[in-house]
Amino acid sequence: MKLAYWMYAGPAHIGTLRVASSFKNVHAIMHAPLGDDYFNVMRSMLERERDFTAATASIVDRHVLARGSQERVVDNILRKDKEEYPDLIILTPTCTSSILQEDLQNFVNRASIISNSDVIFADVDHYQVNEIQAADRTLEQVVRYYLDRCHRQEKWDQFLTDAPSVNIIGIFTLGFHNQHDCRELRRLLRDLDIKINQIIPEGGSVEDLQNLPKAWFNLIPYREVGLMTAMSLNKEYGMPYISTAPMGAVDMAEWIRHIQKNVNTLALSSSSKRVDYEPYIDGQTRFVSQAAWFSRSIDCQNLTGKETVVFGDTTHAASITKILVREMGIRVSCAGTYCKHDAKWFKEQIQGFCDEILITDDHAEVGDMIARMKPSAIFGTQMERHIGKRLDIPCGVISAPVHIQNFPLGYRPFLGYEGTNQIADLVYNSFALGMEDHLLDIFGGHDTKEIISKSLSTNIGLIWNPESRLELSKIPRFAREKVERNTDKFARQKGIETITVEVMYAAKEALNT
Amino acid sequence: MSVKIDETLTVECETGNYHTFCPISCVSWLYQKIEDSFFLVVGTKTCGYFLQNALGVMIFAEPRYAMAELEEGDISAQLNDYEGLKKLCIRIRKDRDPSVIIWIGTCTTEIIKMDLEGMAPKLEWEIGIPILVARANGLDYAFTQGEDTVLAAMAHRCPEPEFSFRSRKETIQNFFTFHSRKKEELVEYANHPSLVLFGSLPSNVASQLNLELKRQSIKVSGWLPAQKYTDLPSLGDGVYVCGVNPFLSRTATTLIRREKCQLIGAPFPIGPDGTRAWIEKICPVFGIEPQGLEEREERIWESLKDYLDLVRGKSVFFMGDNLLEVSLARFLIRCGMIVHEIGIPYMDKRYQAAELSLLQDTCMKMCVPIPRIVEKPDNSNQIRRIRE
Repeated sequence: MKLAYWMYAGPAHIGTLRVASSFKNVHAIMHAPLGDDYFNVMRSMLERERDFTAATASIVDRHVLARGSQERVVDNILRKDKEEYPDLIILTPTCTSSILQEDLQNFVNRASIISNSDVIFADVDHYQVNEIQAADRTLEQVVRYYLDRCHRQEKWDQFLTDAPSVNIIGIFTLGFHNQHDCRELRRLLRDLDIKINQIIPEGGSVEDLQNLPKAWFNLIPYREVGLMTAMSLNKEYGMPYISTAPMGAVDMAEWIRHIQKNVNTLALSSSSKRVDYEPYIDGQTRFVSQAAWFSRSIDCQNLTGKETVVFGDTTHAASITKILVREMGIRVSCAGTYCKHDAKWFKEQIQGFCDEILITDDHAEVGDMIARMKPSAIFGTQMERHIGKRLDIPCGVISAPVHIQNFPLGYRPFLGYEGTNQIADLVYNSFALGMEDHLLDIFGGHDTKEIISKSLSTNIGLIWNPESRLELSKIPRFAREKVERNTDKFARQKGIETITVEVMYAAKEALNT
Repeated sequence: MSVKIDETLTVECETGNYHTFCPISCVSWLYQKIEDSFFLVVGTKTCGYFLQNALGVMIFAEPRYAMAELEEGDISAQLNDYEGLKKLCIRIRKDRDPSVIIWIGTCTTEIIKMDLEGMAPKLEWEIGIPILVARANGLDYAFTQGEDTVLAAMAHRCPEPEFSFRSRKETIQNFFTFHSRKKEELVEYANHPSLVLFGSLPSNVASQLNLELKRQSIKVSGWLPAQKYTDLPSLGDGVYVCGVNPFLSRTATTLIRREKCQLIGAPFPIGPDGTRAWIEKICPVFGIEPQGLEEREERIWESLKDYLDLVRGKSVFFMGDNLLEVSLARFLIRCGMIVHEIGIPYMDKRYQAAELSLLQDTCMKMCVPIPRIVEKPDNSNQIRRIRE
């Protein structure tokens, strides 16, 4: 038992649901008590989806507790099958239901005999893995299911596509800037003249999964989700994969060179020509992306040597650390991640780029570290942003866990060359905002407020009695002045000299007429 | 009376495959209301993640709430849960020093049959802070019923009315001194037995209700919950209680049975019509004639004219998740809307009797058919009905 206020990664079933709801025409059924299906609300709200989320709950209540689910789960699966005609139904338990230890695999087997859709049981241990690991596993499970079936039915199409093509694995719902990153990757691949075979799971169809091996290689933009699938495809079908994150100018170049190597290797056996992307890399880095130019400008030079702290998921924390150090000349005092299961890779990546490394999922430890380091800026998650507010240190958000602000309507990728611009903007603005406040403090620039409030004091003659004063203090600060002014105006109009609680509420009612 | 309701009001029951929020969501408003409380939710990651998202930015202000996160060792009964909770409570006492710690039981604690009610008194004695146990789990309850279980638990801790007799004598003495001191003092209270209101409302709304009753010379002795745990009202034989929220049926039952209070069954003060009916039900109990309510209600309806023009004639379908649906439907019908169906997770017919009766009267007054009420609705069926 531990005391927890906040967690960086959600529970396992959220990961499974994210993968399921990213596919087209896949329906997820949660074996859960009332209230555990808050995922639907989260997704509608954050992704601004127009349709209902394709996830429902098979409710666990007292009857189920006493007698077991019996027919209920199977009935719910068959019902969804008839109502929605999904290609696939995924059954997932939640923490609560996994304690019940019902044989959900059995229910799935029984249901799949009758139903038209395929039915899979998402087998994830809720007490061992978190949201991210569960998403990775579920995706791999779904891909493997369809490829194995295709093999068994001997519908196997061995041939690679004629022209170079790739699969992008790991773009899915509620991911940090995933939709924008996806658009940017499409643009990039178009520039490189590489076709996209499939993007999974976002918008992908399970019926197409059997064609995954037709692509030349796989791209895994975020190693947290998608790596298991890529490794499995590599093992079974020999598909190469690139798991470098194309974030930042230096890693972008490396990523494109990897692609070049893969394309040229396979071009030998197909009728494609060899490619040389060096001119493209050069053109993009020096002219199209503004970030490299910016890093030589005086605005950026001012940031040289400033200290920062970076924290987030492995992909973003590692990449941002490298960008800050290599491309902008900014120091990273401490870099860390909450993805404890991937700590080894993380440490290897940022060795030599930062002074300290912190691997933890305890936000209090992160807060203590930041208070100790006293950096000029923080780059982290929403939690670090609030730590920063408390300690008066500016912060830019660079990773999940997310908030509605991290689903901007405008185009804001983190990957690709446009991503380098966005990151440079984010870094610069975070520092600039902090410096503005300091400058105003130093040069006494906050002088305009006092004069204004003094001129509004026409309160001569009005007395607020103790109860009404108490009532006024209960009103939140941002509304208090307005309420005070409105009440004063009302009292003056009615010729009242002493303001009581009744007068306050009468004034409030009068506002509406 | 009840026979008439059954004939004209249809209440059906469906499968219960609907969406609502977990009852532990009550923590998000109760911790703000009760200023010296600390809520400890004993559950798993799922519960914690939900509250994290529900509280939104508030979670960063380190509110007086925390999760006692059960890990694998706790679930398989390898670790001693008493010691675990004791450690956490000692830390809470050190960090926050609340006047009360409220343990919220979840689905998980139900399934592993954690004996929270057994452990709480022992731990309370050991660490010296009152510990309340409220089982707000999704197996039994929905959404706002979380508040119901917490208030029902809190009702047991309210003091006996001996103390209130003393304070009432003081009130009567003050009554005379007040009267002689200032002529401008608007209202004196009538002499009547204690009235306690129950239901969690923001303090300015509670003040407004207090004011409305004060206008009728009725003094509200206290609220359950009070702004501070240390200010709980006295309850007992001879105390009258009245609810302000429609989902507090268990609290009402606890107050009647265990605390021996008298419940005033009134429609709920939602909307100007509801508020008027609520006051009109309370006054006669104390032998008071309500004054000026008709004009007040008219004036409010006048001020809402622009909004009423917008909604008149439009229709509403309540899918049901928060148990306030009957009152809301009644109000909207009074505004001139048409209500097709009222879905509701659970309806206590006795506690909501006055509200249901008012709903019928309102429908007759506005000449619209009485909507059907569906308990434990099925969302897919509802969507089908909406389309039809």
